[in-house]
This record gives sequence, structure tokens and C-alpha cells, in this order.
Amino acid sequence: MWEQIRSNQIRSVILVAGMAALLLLMGYFLGLYFLDSGTGGMIIALILWAVMNLVAFFQGDNIMLALSKAKKIKRDDYPRLYNIVEEMRIASGLERIPDIYIIDDPALNAFATGRDPNRAAIAVTSGLLQKLNRDELQGVIGHEIAHVNNRDVLLMTLCGILLGTIVILAWYATYMLFFSSMTGGRRSSSSGGGQAQLIILAVGIIFIILAPIAAQLIYFAISRKREYLADSSAALYTRYPEGLASALEKLAASTVPVKSANKSSAPMYIINPFRKKARAASDLSSTHPPISERIRILRSMAGGASLADYDNAFRQIHKGGRGVIPPSAIAGAGAVGLRPAVPEAARREAELGKVERTREVSDLMWHLNNYKTITCACGTKLKIPPKLKSADVKCPHCGRVNRV
Amino acid sequence: MTAVYIIIGIVVILLIMMASTYNGLVRLRNRVRNAWAQIDVQLKRRHDLIPNLVETAKGYMKHERGTFEAVTKARNLAQKAVGTGVGAQSKAEGELSGALARLLVVVENYPDLKANQNFLALQEELTSTENKIGFSRQYYNDSVLRYNNKTQMFPSNMMAGMMGFKASEFFEVKAAEEREAPKVSFS
Repeated sequence: MWEQIRSNQIRSVILVAGMAALLLLMGYFLGLYFLDSGTGGMIIALILWAVMNLVAFFQGDNIMLALSKAKKIKRDDYPRLYNIVEEMRIASGLERIPDIYIIDDPALNAFATGRDPNRAAIAVTSGLLQKLNRDELQGVIGHEIAHVNNRDVLLMTLCGILLGTIVILAWYATYMLFFSSMTGGRRSSSSGGGQAQLIILAVGIIFIILAPIAAQLIYFAISRKREYLADSSAALYTRYPEGLASALEKLAASTVPVKSANKSSAPMYIINPFRKKARAASDLSSTHPPISERIRILRSMAGGASLADYDNAFRQIHKGGRGVIPPSAIAGAGAVGLRPAVPEAARREAELGKVERTREVSDLMWHLNNYKTITCACGTKLKIPPKLKSADVKCPHCGRVNRV
Repeated sequence: MTAVYIIIGIVVILLIMMASTYNGLVRLRNRVRNAWAQIDVQLKRRHDLIPNLVETAKGYMKHERGTFEAVTKARNLAQKAVGTGVGAQSKAEGELSGALARLLVVVENYPDLKANQNFLALQEELTSTENKIGFSRQYYNDSVLRYNNKTQMFPSNMMAGMMGFKASEFFEVKAAEEREAPKVSFS
């Protein structure tokens, strides 16, 4: 588990460096074209990138949580969720329990954020709380805790910013190239350039068009790999891959998109928040591996719950080839047994039914939105909106007047 | 002259290796201790929850005195075992787990009790505490395995022997119900 982090870091640094090189080259060509100075362009690109990074580093989690309209909950608001997060924190050896947020949205999704494990936050949609049973929720939270523990959030933010900067630069560049060609151009010094410079410029233009695509491919490759790693860690923490598998199945079956998600926040979610139902999912331009494949890997972990078992299952699904877990993470870890499944009947006895769960979550959402609840003498629960001015409310059911 | 440099170089490399081995051992030992502290917190939580649970359930389950007594007794024994070492404590806690599991099975026969809000909240707490004990035990045992490997494998075992790093004990579950549960594979 700990070795996994280290070896990930090396690999990630290489990939991030690749993206950074793309950005610098892009700045160089842009500078050459518009400022007649490649270095100047590089500096501008770097400054832009640095500013965006600073914002993301210090405000990224707040922005993410604010964008998704997530509400922070305390332990007593919803003990079940808090307990599950705490259980996964313990299983992962994380020191601090992440803040817990709920997004009022019927879609089924979850994400983790925060630049380091001590500032991490986990957000889940209310739909998720309604639809998943305890084991499934545990799997999903295990996946999110794994993102926190593997420092994925920081890495994905870094990459996301790099990608964003490259895309923005490319967009402005193509726009300006188009614009300048319409008006005849302003290229003052090109008269003395000669053929070599023309070739460089041509290469530069092609590069500017291709760089965002390349950066996106790198980004998606990192993102997909992180998803597999988080799945494998979730199986290791819970000792119960079936929990996450069955949760993913439910997530896949629901096609309600997350209202508050946007393209930049998509890789943070446990599954792609925009997917459509029957999508040919296994392609390079996807931030997440196809869900069906993730489920099949988790379900093929017959031997145990260790990272090595996940790796074997992954290779089995992919018909040989390289695994997805760094070998150094597998070496030295002992065999890990699976937790046996709780019989369905016993679980139904021990857990809240679907109806109770839905009611519990909807009560929680009323509470989080500052609605007050008054129980009328006839048994009806009246939800009082926070903005209500009048002092009494008439029960729509029996007509009694209740004081607020 | 060159020979002297080579010898100095070897000594420096050896020293660096020793220091990093020592630090690695300390880090792993601290992780084991920290993991044990986590288990302790959860065990204490369980000891605190049980009297509440018994108090709440008693009124509904008049015919289950034997079960309650077994739970209370196991709980008191477990509380006494706190601080007596990993082996003794894990044995006492195993007994308590067994007694609790039996109580929670019997609860299924009392629908009135299962409708009680207070009891439901307690049950969630207890279920989760049981899970947390399981997960902290899991993390503890993983940490112990790594630490023990390091103290027993060459070459770090020499350093461990010199500086007095002793292998730690696993936290095993002794209750019959739980012992057969995990299926370990060696694939």
C-alpha cells in the first residue's frame, strides 16, 4: 500500500513532466509567432500556469465543493455515512477523517477532493445514499478514500491545470491566427525570416493544433489508471470487492447526469458524470475505464482481496499483458482473504429497507436546507421553509393550525 | 591513498544503509503502535456502548436474561483485560464478539425493539464499531506483518537484533464464529 504510493509518484512525475514540456513548447511556438520571441512566450505560458496552479492549490477544493453545491454534514446529521467513512479511514490507515459533504442530486455519484490527506473532503450525492446498501456504500467510500490516500486529487488537479492551460492557449492561438489571417496579419518581422523560419512556424501551427489532443490523451491515461488503482485499494480496504462491484452496477444502471458537474470536475467523480447509456466506452478519450470492465475485474477477484489478486484479475480480463498495479506495491504484501458475504436474509433484517432509507435521506436533505420539521397532532410531518414569515401553519392533512 | 578513499567510501555507504534501515524499522514500529492505539479506541467505544444497549434492550427482551448476562460478563472480562498484552486482550475481545453476535441474532425475534429509534441508533453504532474493530485489526495485522518481516529478514534483521526491535504479536480472533470466517488463499 505504501510502496504503491511511492512508485506511483515516480511514474506520475514523468507524465506530468511530459505535459509540462508540451505546455512549454506550446508557449515557445506561440511566442515565436506573436512576439517574435520564443522565450517570452514560454514565460507567459509559465506565468499563466503558475497563477492557475496557485488558485487550484489553495482554493481548488472549495471551488469544487461550491460548484457542486455540496453541503457539509456533521456526525449527527447522518451517522451511517459518517461511520462508513470512519471505517474506511481506519482500514486505509489515514490519520484524519475527511470532511463529508452531500450533494442534493438524484444522480448516483461521489468524488474526493483536497490537496493533501489532511485537507481531504469526500462528497456523495443524496441519490447514492438512497440507492446503495451499506456494503455498496462502503465500497464507494473505500474508492474515494483510496483517491485521498494515493494523493490522486493533487495529481489530477496538477494535470487538469496543465491540460486547461494548454487548451486555453491553443484556443486563443487558433482564434488569433484565424483573426490575423482575415485582416491580413501583422507579422512585422517576417520579411527578413527566410525559409527556415517559415518551416518552424508551420511546425508550430501544427503543434498548437495537436498539443491539446496529446495533453488530453496523457491526462485521460493517468486518470483511468488512477481509477483502477482506487478500485483495487477499495477491494483491499473492504476485503469485499463485491460491494464496490454491485455499487458500480447500480451506478451504471442510472443515467441521470450530475446537474452540477462540468468537464473539469468530471475526472474527480467515481464514474463519469456525463455518460450516456449504451456508449462504446473503451476508448482513449475517456476519463474513466468502462464500468462494465471495472465490475468484471472486481468480480474476478476469486482468490483474495490483495492488490496482487486485483492485478491477476485485471490481466485475466485483458487476456494477459501488463497489469495495472506497480510491481513494487505487490511485492512483500501477504495474502489477503476475502470477507464472506453476509447472507441476503440477514442483511435485510439488519439494515434499513429502501423506503426507510429514502425517507431518512430526504429528511436529511430538508434538514440540511434549513427546513424545520413540525409533527402535527395527526401525525403528518410539516416541513417549514426557512423563509416562512408567518407564525403558524395550517396542516394540509387535517386542517389544524400549528405554531412554528 | 586510493585504498583509503575506497575504505572511507564503503564505511560511509554502510553507515547510510544502517541509518536508513534503522529509520525504516522505527517507522514500521511506530505504525504498529499507532495501529494498536486505533484498535484500543474502538474497543473502548464498544465497552462503553454495551451497557446502553443492554439497558435499552432489557425492557423488550424479558426472556433473554441469560444472553444479557453473558454479554455483560464478557464485557467486564474484556475491560479487565485492557493493557494485559495483545494475546490476552484479543482472546477476551473474541469472547465478547461472540456473545454480542448471539445477542444481535436474538434481537431479530423482537420486532417492537427493532422499531425503537433509540435502539436503531445504538445498533448502527454497534455495527459500525464492530466494523471499525475489524478494520483496525486488519490494518494492525498488516502493519505487524510488514514490521515482523523487516525484523526477521536479512539484512535488516541484524540491525533489528542489535537495536532491540522485537517482533510484534498479531491480533487474532479467538471466537469460534469468527475464526472460520476469513478464507485465506495463497495464490
